[in-house]
Amino acid sequence: MATKKFKCKVCGYVHEGDKAPEKCPMCQAPQSEFEEIVEAGAEAAAPAKKGLNTNSNVYTIVYAAVMVIIVAFLLVFVSQTLKDRQTANVINDTKQQILSALNLRDQADVASTYSKVIKADALMQANGSLQDYKGDFNTSYKSEFDKGNLHVFVAEIDGQKKYVIPMNGLGLWGTIWGYIALNEDRNTVYGVYFSHSSETPGLGGEIAGLKFQNRFPGKNVVNGGNVALKVVKFGKADQSSKYEIDGVTGATITSTGVNAMINKVLSAYVPFLTAANVGSNY
Amino acid sequence: MANKNNEAFKQPLWVNNPVLVQILGICSALAVTAQLKPAIVMGLSVTIIVAMSNVIISLLRNTIPNRIRIIIQLVVVAALVTVVSEILKAFAYDVSVQLSVYIGLIITNCILMGRLEAFAMQNGPWASFLDGIGNGLGYAAILVVVAFVRELFGSGTLFGFQVIPQACYEAGYLNNGLMIMPPMALILAGCIIWYHRAKNKDLQEN
Repeated sequence: MATKKFKCKVCGYVHEGDKAPEKCPMCQAPQSEFEEIVEAGAEAAAPAKKGLNTNSNVYTIVYAAVMVIIVAFLLVFVSQTLKDRQTANVINDTKQQILSALNLRDQADVASTYSKVIKADALMQANGSLQDYKGDFNTSYKSEFDKGNLHVFVAEIDGQKKYVIPMNGLGLWGTIWGYIALNEDRNTVYGVYFSHSSETPGLGGEIAGLKFQNRFPGKNVVNGGNVALKVVKFGKADQSSKYEIDGVTGATITSTGVNAMINKVLSAYVPFLTAANVGSNY
Repeated sequence: MANKNNEAFKQPLWVNNPVLVQILGICSALAVTAQLKPAIVMGLSVTIIVAMSNVIISLLRNTIPNRIRIIIQLVVVAALVTVVSEILKAFAYDVSVQLSVYIGLIITNCILMGRLEAFAMQNGPWASFLDGIGNGLGYAAILVVVAFVRELFGSGTLFGFQVIPQACYEAGYLNNGLMIMPPMALILAGCIIWYHRAKNKDLQEN
């Protein structure tokens, strides 16, 4: 066990013992020409024997279990401690998005601008009139839409009444959403805001850019009781039309998604858009 | 030792660049380089995450059971990325919104697993930290170069600002649509590798 191996560098003779011989028995080379042979396997195995056997099944299972528990607690702890701040951020962001549709982008103090501009968070009734929404401020308008709670935000800018409608749909890779602000006539677009979860930057992601969103203001939404506002393939829009809007270059599927979203959501709002009277308070 | 640390940091910046030589992280390099800004954000995030996970794995390296080491590495990376993204959501919401697409891409970035397996499992925490920073920056540098060319010729902008003057467009200049497409990132990466091999002859294969 204690035997070490020494190799003569001159002739390759291997000597076994505690130290190198004074002279090589084969070629007479001096002791300094010998070097110790360290076997890789012996060295690697040695430290493992000192502590636990890290390759045993029990160790592996316990290690994995402890790891999972530690990570789980860490994640729960982080998520719980940060939850309030995150919720506040999401509410703030949602309000900023609504304001963006009203062309009030990048507000320094979102909460105060919101409470100043937005006069009511209302729900559309079956006959198209509006009634106050009683619950807390909502941040998921997709689930609200699916539940049949059709929100309309009533805003006032420079004494003019505006209506903001939240929209949700699907792009190429994931969800897309937006808000569309209409003038008091409930037909002319005042402004829009779109965002997305995972569209390709530079292509579908451009729906979140001003270049695309600035094509909307001034267009009309309904024509003869149907939603007529359309996003078409880039370059195909009839510039004289009041209803057609060019999509994003190279992002046909995302543009189609925006079109489908507008059509689906606004169709549900047709009673409101065409109602003669939406309630005296609004 | 100091020299070795120095090497761990400097090598991946150019001579042993993760993208150019090890051909790691190509998939995310295609996805985020259509514009400069996301490319830089992605490069920095990867740098931070590689460095941090390298340190953690390096500290744990002698206790990790060999048979489940990849899973342990993955758990560490995933936990780290999740924690960072939660913290960003709470304290830097704007950044987290921009990063949302890339969080998943960071976890699956092969540079992470590559460095953990190849370096952090054998080396101490400080060397691993430097290795992580070096590899992250090496990766970021390639992303920035590719994104610069793609955004400039694909959209005529840099960081979203118009760079190519309107007069050029009026004179008939057109943005190169191919630049925006993912294959162009591969072609550009190929050109950089070409240059890299020309400069480092010992890496050339016969």
